[in-house]
Amino acid sequence: MDLLYQIVAHYNHWITIFLMVSGLYIVVSRGNMVKKLVGLGLFQTSVYLLYLTPGKILGGTPPVLSPDFSVYSNPLPHVLILTAIVVGVATLALGLALVVRINEEFGTIEEDEIFAGDEDE
Amino acid sequence: MRLDVIFRVGAKILLPIMLLFALYVQFHGDFGPGGGFQAGVMSAAMVIFYAIIFGLETAQKVFPPRLAEIMVPAGVGIFAGVGVIGMLLGENYLNYSPLADDPAHGQEYGILLVEFGVLVTVSGTMVAIFYCFMGRGR
Amino acid sequence: MVLLTLLAAITIGIIRMRNLFAVVVLGGIYSFLMASVMIVLDAVDVAMTEAAVGAGISTVLMLGVLHLTKTQESKPKHTPLLPLFVAVATGAALVFGTFDLPPFGLADTPVNLHVAPYYLENSLRETLVANVVSSVLASYRGFDTLGETAVIFTAGIAVLLLLKGKRKLKPGPKRRRIGR
Repeated sequence: MDLLYQIVAHYNHWITIFLMVSGLYIVVSRGNMVKKLVGLGLFQTSVYLLYLTPGKILGGTPPVLSPDFSVYSNPLPHVLILTAIVVGVATLALGLALVVRINEEFGTIEEDEIFAGDEDE
Repeated sequence: MRLDVIFRVGAKILLPIMLLFALYVQFHGDFGPGGGFQAGVMSAAMVIFYAIIFGLETAQKVFPPRLAEIMVPAGVGIFAGVGVIGMLLGENYLNYSPLADDPAHGQEYGILLVEFGVLVTVSGTMVAIFYCFMGRGR
Repeated sequence: MVLLTLLAAITIGIIRMRNLFAVVVLGGIYSFLMASVMIVLDAVDVAMTEAAVGAGISTVLMLGVLHLTKTQESKPKHTPLLPLFVAVATGAALVFGTFDLPPFGLADTPVNLHVAPYYLENSLRETLVANVVSSVLASYRGFDTLGETAVIFTAGIAVLLLLKGKRKLKPGPKRRRIGR
């Protein structure tokens, strides 16, 4: 019974951690730069989940005030994450621009091949 | 793909609805979900959709890259300018209360103006970035 | 819970796929699922943004980059054991930490007792805006949002600087073709 309670109480946190760790794994282990950016995106979305999870109140409604409801979820994490998403896509675009320039300069987007090309000279 | 009739006609039907929905999200943001960030992304998505269906050159005639590049700093300017107006009227920076007779109404106007600034910057940036990537391809 | 499990499944797919095209499309699906999870967590504004940004704009940008580069990831040369160990160790430490966190969905946690009740009570009176997210975003925390807008501005300018110039086609010594 206690185990079941723990699972229900912390399932969101565990999925958040799983997403975060897999993002970390992709960034560390893969040499392809587009894949690395996807991994960074995974890491980022896990942080969104981390912020939004404690703001949810069971039985609450979205924080749009109305006389019909009295319990609202916490609006503050929503504000922070809203701006974080848009900033995230702007920085993702910056990373992709760097990838495009690296591809033009070196002809590859694999880290290993760029290093190998450096050693050949 | 640019000669595909179904895509072109479908896009022509969808585009005004998309723009209208973006404006609705922008100005209804006070009472329902929405605001400058979402509306900016949606209007930028509309331009991107147009560019994908009708080609980059056509889209750049409708929405010149120059305009997008001007919009990027203009939105930040609007946002910061609203703050400066509040300061000139004798309040703290980014306090919108003196924008109207009633402080609450002043806050409402300030929020609308600021969201408009956010809309301009976000949509301009997204469209400019998209034009950059697509212009690189040929 | 089902949605969260699906998210985890898609993450495993993203890790294992070697075709970058499939990875990007899976990323779009992932974003839509994340938007659904956000609706369940009562964050409707955030869900709207995530659906438009994550599944729309960033997928299009990624596909544009794949069009400019190549769509197949090469086999990793290093053994993935060390990163796997680092990831599992980090994950285990974090899971151990979660047992001290307050359980999901309670109203009287410290997060929900700090400034959020003030916003919820006073937003309508002080700003006449019913959507608390909007009023906090633009009014109570306007300075924060100004900073975020400046970040978007900076990122946009940086992308323009990197990609706007005409592509130099003269084959200099730095311009090498590797792996083709």
